[in-house]
Amino acid sequence: MNHPSLVTLERDSAPRVLFSGDRLVEVDLPAGTRVIYPKPPMTPLRDPDAAIRYAINHPIGSDPLYAKLKPGMRVAIAIDDISVPLPPMKRPDVRERILTIVLEMLADHGVSDIEIIVATGIHRRMKPNEIRWVVGDKIFDEFFPDRLYNHDAEDKDNLVEVGTTPHGEVLELNRRAAESDLLIYVNLNFVPMNGGMKSVAVGLCSYKSLRPHHNPHTIAKSDSYMDPGGSQLARDIERMGKVAHKALNIFTIEATVNNQMFDKSLDFLMKNEDELSGREKALLKGLVMTTARLPQPARQAIFDKFPAPYGMTSVFAGATAEVHPRIIEKNFEQYAVPIEGQADVLVTGIPFISPYNVHAFLNPLLVQVLAQGYLFNMYRGAPLVKKGGTLIITHPCTDKFDHEQHAPYIDFVHRLLPETRDSNQLRERYEEKFAKDPALIQMFRSGYAYHPAHPFFMWYWGENGRQHIGRVIVVGADNEYIPKLLGYETSPNMEDALYKAKNGQNKTLDITCLHVPPIVMGDVTLPAGSGPALSAGNGNGHHHGHGSHG
Amino acid sequence: MAACYFDVDGTLVSSNLVHPTLYYLMNQGTPLQSALKLGRALLDSPRLMVAEMVDRRTFNEMLFSSYAGTSEDRMVLLAQEAFDNVMRPSLYPGARSLVEKSRAAGHDVVLVSGALECVLERLAEHFGGAEVIGNRLEMKDGIATGKLLKPVVAGPEKARLIREHAAARGYDLADCFAFSDSYSDVPMLSVVGHPAAVNPDKRLSWLAKAYGWPSFDLSRAA
Repeated sequence: MNHPSLVTLERDSAPRVLFSGDRLVEVDLPAGTRVIYPKPPMTPLRDPDAAIRYAINHPIGSDPLYAKLKPGMRVAIAIDDISVPLPPMKRPDVRERILTIVLEMLADHGVSDIEIIVATGIHRRMKPNEIRWVVGDKIFDEFFPDRLYNHDAEDKDNLVEVGTTPHGEVLELNRRAAESDLLIYVNLNFVPMNGGMKSVAVGLCSYKSLRPHHNPHTIAKSDSYMDPGGSQLARDIERMGKVAHKALNIFTIEATVNNQMFDKSLDFLMKNEDELSGREKALLKGLVMTTARLPQPARQAIFDKFPAPYGMTSVFAGATAEVHPRIIEKNFEQYAVPIEGQADVLVTGIPFISPYNVHAFLNPLLVQVLAQGYLFNMYRGAPLVKKGGTLIITHPCTDKFDHEQHAPYIDFVHRLLPETRDSNQLRERYEEKFAKDPALIQMFRSGYAYHPAHPFFMWYWGENGRQHIGRVIVVGADNEYIPKLLGYETSPNMEDALYKAKNGQNKTLDITCLHVPPIVMGDVTLPAGSGPALSAGNGNGHHHGHGSHG
Repeated sequence: MAACYFDVDGTLVSSNLVHPTLYYLMNQGTPLQSALKLGRALLDSPRLMVAEMVDRRTFNEMLFSSYAGTSEDRMVLLAQEAFDNVMRPSLYPGARSLVEKSRAAGHDVVLVSGALECVLERLAEHFGGAEVIGNRLEMKDGIATGKLLKPVVAGPEKARLIREHAAARGYDLADCFAFSDSYSDVPMLSVVGHPAAVNPDKRLSWLAKAYGWPSFDLSRAA
């Protein structure tokens, strides 16, 4: 019997409503299509502040936080940046709650030499109002800007080499974090790719220390990168993380939230379209029509206007290696829907938001990172789609970039992709050149642009998807050349796309539709006796079921 | 290898060509001489304003005519003083980091400006070394005639000088960078593969947006 979040469509099923950027579109999918819906939101913790206090006083694999404190010591606190959660959550953000309690405890123990660092890695800097949103007014007013600031991965004077892995990979970290007596990392683990060893080793490092794992080779071998157990990315980062944990005194606090992305007024967007009430159906219809008619900036403004009412579902503290598996378990508990067998065709809407375009337009490169990157990787066990299968996405693929945040993406898409889509070529020929571009570095350091190496990483992030998926078809593109640059085909509608996916063969296609957002992952098992679940990286199938994750 | 070509006034420093000249005019041998020079310059100012609107080159030529009669050794002294008192205090906070990142990327740093070379050389020194393409005063028997030596560095001429410089060094212009704040420097920005708008005026800002050129503000420190 299907999991309640897995719906098989029938002949008289209503059309599915998918995101197509910041529009909603209705698509007809054939009977037999399996639609994976997000699970209902987990019940949030009744008293999150009490849970945080309990976690830091009863840590795992570590002394309690208070026992690590000495008057006069130097403390650095690092927090996750704007890339989580998506969209930004209603205040108070989980980080504000944790920081408030931690700072109180530090003050009680005579610790006043404290700096709070936003662990941006090579993401864009957070703007003051965005930092205020995340840490709250009280902390912001007390610490910003001298003692609360963004990490700067290009500030040579404030980076320090903390060690080298057995593979010879050098880890450079933020000086203040590395030279403090204690580093407290506050993580909001929105997806299973994040947190754990990645927090410090990626969030506080330099470009040089990202190259060993942010590359096509590592991503190609990640099966998937949303499953730490099958992720080469996680293994490579762990190597670097161990260097950090050997050199630094780190206390980790990690928390999870449920998937309550939409407020009550919009939560029908995560429900089976056949089970909507009359009122919900009318609202959905209205939303489809409104988003079809409004100009783009107005649509963006609507979605920007509603922070997500995410509820905190767990918090653990202590030694990173012991905290993180518990957090990952919570992630999967919220996101993973069991599904048997792979599909010939995976259909998914591409929403308006990704970790890299908060308060900005989702540009074509980010469409790619959602399609072949994040959404393809939303599985454990085996990919949702068979090797060589088809991915159908709904998105306009508009040739539009945020001039400030995504300045380096423009050249990448319009200058480099016409030359090659080969990730290794891009890395060898262009990545380091871009990474040293003085103009783009200036925009990264003093403005709000992503680092010039970031668009490369975004392309590599689709590497295992690119190698696994046979073809990508875009439904609803407003131009032909952007899909072509990305290596995609186009179709005017879903019917045509499904016809193309058949490739002239007279057979019924197995179709799976991933109904996102909010986040949902497929926990894919293969029927007994079926062939190996060929996947991109190892080519010989890597199959593990429930509970085998790390 | 490649080069980074920097416009100076408005790009790396908030001062402009007029500021060092004013400094010069106000620092003559005696207050009376200063008043006379200044008075003459004021009389010229409507013509200067028209020239600025019409043609940057004519503007430069008229502006530098104020230096007529100044001795070469006095010019050296004035250049140092003008740099110390006018240009250095006006350096944008992010200027040094931009120049340093350019050098760290392995690029030659070249200052291309309508300012006088003797002042630009001080700025180049301040940045720890840079090449300079600027204007030079014509000297006769050790005294400035008030005319500029050809070619006068301004507007489209900057683009030609950059092309010439890159060719002489064997650099591919497609790999070179150019930085400017002003729409009048679009020719200079257009000849390189990597143009960038720095503290851009409105028109340059629109153009940069349309063409996807990087655009940033050096008044914010990195």
